[in-house]
Amino acid sequence: MTQRVAVVENILNANDRLADENRARIESAGVFSINIMASPGAGKTSLIEQTLPRLKGKLRIATIDGDIATTIDSDRAAAAGAQAAIQINTGGDCHLDAVMLHGALDQLDLTQFDLLIVENVGNLVCPASFKLGTHKSVLVASVPEGDDKPYKYPGMYRGVDALVINKIDLLPYVPFKMDYFERGVQVLNPGVTTFPLSCRTGEGLDAWVDWLIQNSTK
Amino acid sequence: MHELPVTQSLLKIALDHAEKADAKRITDLHIVVGELSSMVDDSIQFYWEIIAKDTIAEQAKLHFRRVPAELQCMTCFTKYSPKSGELICPQCGGVGAKIIAGEEFSLEAIDVE
Repeated sequence: MTQRVAVVENILNANDRLADENRARIESAGVFSINIMASPGAGKTSLIEQTLPRLKGKLRIATIDGDIATTIDSDRAAAAGAQAAIQINTGGDCHLDAVMLHGALDQLDLTQFDLLIVENVGNLVCPASFKLGTHKSVLVASVPEGDDKPYKYPGMYRGVDALVINKIDLLPYVPFKMDYFERGVQVLNPGVTTFPLSCRTGEGLDAWVDWLIQNSTK
Repeated sequence: MHELPVTQSLLKIALDHAEKADAKRITDLHIVVGELSSMVDDSIQFYWEIIAKDTIAEQAKLHFRRVPAELQCMTCFTKYSPKSGELICPQCGGVGAKIIAGEEFSLEAIDVE
């Protein structure tokens, strides 16, 4: 005889529980942590490269870079001055999850750092569904991607605590309507902290860096 | 691609509940998938056939109930389904909406013997 068993369990529960564990670990070491997400080419690694020298002598920083197969990103972070740069190769997976971050945290003595920057795999879909346990999620959008991205990838825009709009130096050259873009963002994530900037010219980076300092020294 | 670990989670949850219910076989899984969750039914089905093999869930059928996205305007409180390429409230043009449905991704129930 067939019997119905009520389950009602979030399928990502196992991941979420481990994310909570990661958070507790990061928190007990007194570290502020961010998860940087973006599509490939938006400028996640460039942002980290531009950020690290500006925080030199102010914050001790560890980076964890997720990538499908290479160590290009962690090499760039180490060259830019990260005190520790851990690479996670996901072996084909399109996002980082709490298990991968858990393993990477094992390789760090968290008490030696003020700020942990996790760079997710370049992807505008999946990373939003997998919590890592970091304090804040940051999405890097970029002008050449187009102003319709909040409408096409609402999950990513909705769940983040801060939004960086990179490559604003290209605004005069590409058909990007900032008001249309911002309206989409505001519907999904009213009042989200936004940093329009250019990693190439350095414009706008100070506000972003100040935000990191404020949060890391709370 | 991320459906593989997700399908493993799904199997584990189903097997845990079947064991608690002293079941010999799982015949059906009832899964709820919100339109805004980034999960693809066909991929879950594909991985399921591989990973459920040689378990008591091997023959189980997967049933997906899709939940459409629903937003509520925080200005005039109208509930609406977002249209492609536009998210603002169709009633008052307001921005700042709460997502009230469409992000679900859960196992609602299993049928066991």
